[in-house]
Amino acid sequence: MTSSATKGAISIRNVTKIYDPEGVNVMAVDDCSLEIASGEVCMIVGPSGCGKTTLLNAIAGFHSVTKGEIYLDGDLLCGPTKPLAEQGADRVVVFQNGALFPWKTLIDNVAYGPIVQGIMSKSEANEKAADMLAEAGLGDVGKKFPGEVSSGMARRAEIVRALINDPKVLLLDEPYRAMDALTKSIMHESLLEVYDRTKVTIFFITHDLEEAIFLGDRVVVMTTRPAKTKKIVDVNIPRPRSYKTLSSEEFRLLVQEAKEAVHEEAIKAFEAGERELA
Amino acid sequence: MADAVQSAHDTTTVVRRSKLQKFLSNKTFWRGLTALIVFTLLWEIGSQFKGWFGIEIWWVGKVAPPSDVLTTWISVVQRPGYWESWYLSFSRVFLGFIIAQIIGIPFGLALAVNRYFRDIFFPPFEILRPIPPLAWVPASIIFWPTTELSIAFVTFLGAFFTIVINVLGGARTIDIQYLRAAQSMGATQWNLFTKIILPGTLPSIFTGAAVGMGITWEVVLAAEMISGGGQQSGGGLGFFIWSSYMGGAMEQVIVGMISIGIAGYLSSSLIRYIGGVSMPWRRLF
Repeated sequence: MTSSATKGAISIRNVTKIYDPEGVNVMAVDDCSLEIASGEVCMIVGPSGCGKTTLLNAIAGFHSVTKGEIYLDGDLLCGPTKPLAEQGADRVVVFQNGALFPWKTLIDNVAYGPIVQGIMSKSEANEKAADMLAEAGLGDVGKKFPGEVSSGMARRAEIVRALINDPKVLLLDEPYRAMDALTKSIMHESLLEVYDRTKVTIFFITHDLEEAIFLGDRVVVMTTRPAKTKKIVDVNIPRPRSYKTLSSEEFRLLVQEAKEAVHEEAIKAFEAGERELA
Repeated sequence: MADAVQSAHDTTTVVRRSKLQKFLSNKTFWRGLTALIVFTLLWEIGSQFKGWFGIEIWWVGKVAPPSDVLTTWISVVQRPGYWESWYLSFSRVFLGFIIAQIIGIPFGLALAVNRYFRDIFFPPFEILRPIPPLAWVPASIIFWPTTELSIAFVTFLGAFFTIVINVLGGARTIDIQYLRAAQSMGATQWNLFTKIILPGTLPSIFTGAAVGMGITWEVVLAAEMISGGGQQSGGGLGFFIWSSYMGGAMEQVIVGMISIGIAGYLSSSLIRYIGGVSMPWRRLF
């Protein structure tokens, strides 16, 4: 599971996305540019509905872009000639509400990617899936269905399911939302552990600023809709990080810095909402 | 019974019990049995005394008491015609039902996944769907060469529309995140269909099957009554009831009715069983 350090660089250049539901143009992303180095943990924060997920969907190939280009390791994912990126196992998404297939056991869920891509036989994939689940501390529950395990276990299994494809980029869309603080901190440590092992590029959307600073190399604060980058907070806290980081002065100051930027946008978003309702 | 009450509170000690013991200590089982016994007793008393506990209710006396029904039943089960009726009704139900599944599931899935298919076939489907299966009986008798085929056809219709609507609804409400997750892991279109859409639709397929099975029994009995049960001896449970009524054998009518209840229960148990086996992940809920 060691990935070379030279892959997974994302370059978002002047991307604009306009939704056009029944003739009413909604600009979700406006001329947004962002360079993410390979092996970087890039945290995206911003007000609700600001267009963060739109950006993720464009990288994943779920939605097209209206203008601009996105490159992965110098190769064009989407741009004016090809507005919709192809979906591929080099950019695996972990969803907000969890998308483990309820009808498959955890092992079968994890083994799914390599089997459908035809790169492993069923037995090879199952074996590897069992190994990787065991590595993530889920060895005992591999034969259970997602409905039988806790949400924390399910989310960890989902990340394992993404990692077995040896992706260049992990795209996480608020994966730990709606989890209690305790479970969340365990999730964070387990993700950091995975990251330290694989050095996979991580594009992580969240609302939680402490989560963002704790996990990220950089925290990108987005403006309210239409989204563009408002502020980038560099997090120079050395890795490996542990929960002790959370109580350091450095951590507190960074959270403060990000909070001010987000708060400003949150107020704008709130006022814009008021105007729309008025 | 005392044992059942005892064991429910006794959760601190883990004692391995046999299946029979578990079954006998199941409160649900005992409650159900008690309800049936009480119901039968009330029925017996009502029929014998033409009312309950001194309050006279004139129509209750017209229903044959369970003891007479049981006596009749004992003599009826010795006649081969009764069992032939069971066999005939069951085979009609399953023939219509299975054909409805074979055609209905792919049809419903095709409606769900293909826009052109839906645009073309959904409007006629929706116009035909509200027509009650029994309204098809006359046309069906004229159209099909044998009575047997026309009964099978009407039975098929009874299940078909319910199955299609359930499959369509189920397939269209699969969480898009499952599809996206699968696609982002490199699934092909065929793979999406067989590994995501199909298992995702299974719960709705079985809901459709359970509802469809009920409708099939309703339809088959009515069709048997109307068509005179076909040429075979026995004629089916519907015909059994009808001919008993014509002959004035009220006890036999009730025997037929309870037989249908049992037959329907057996059919839906079978569907639940198959559903449980094919959807192991649903047994958790």
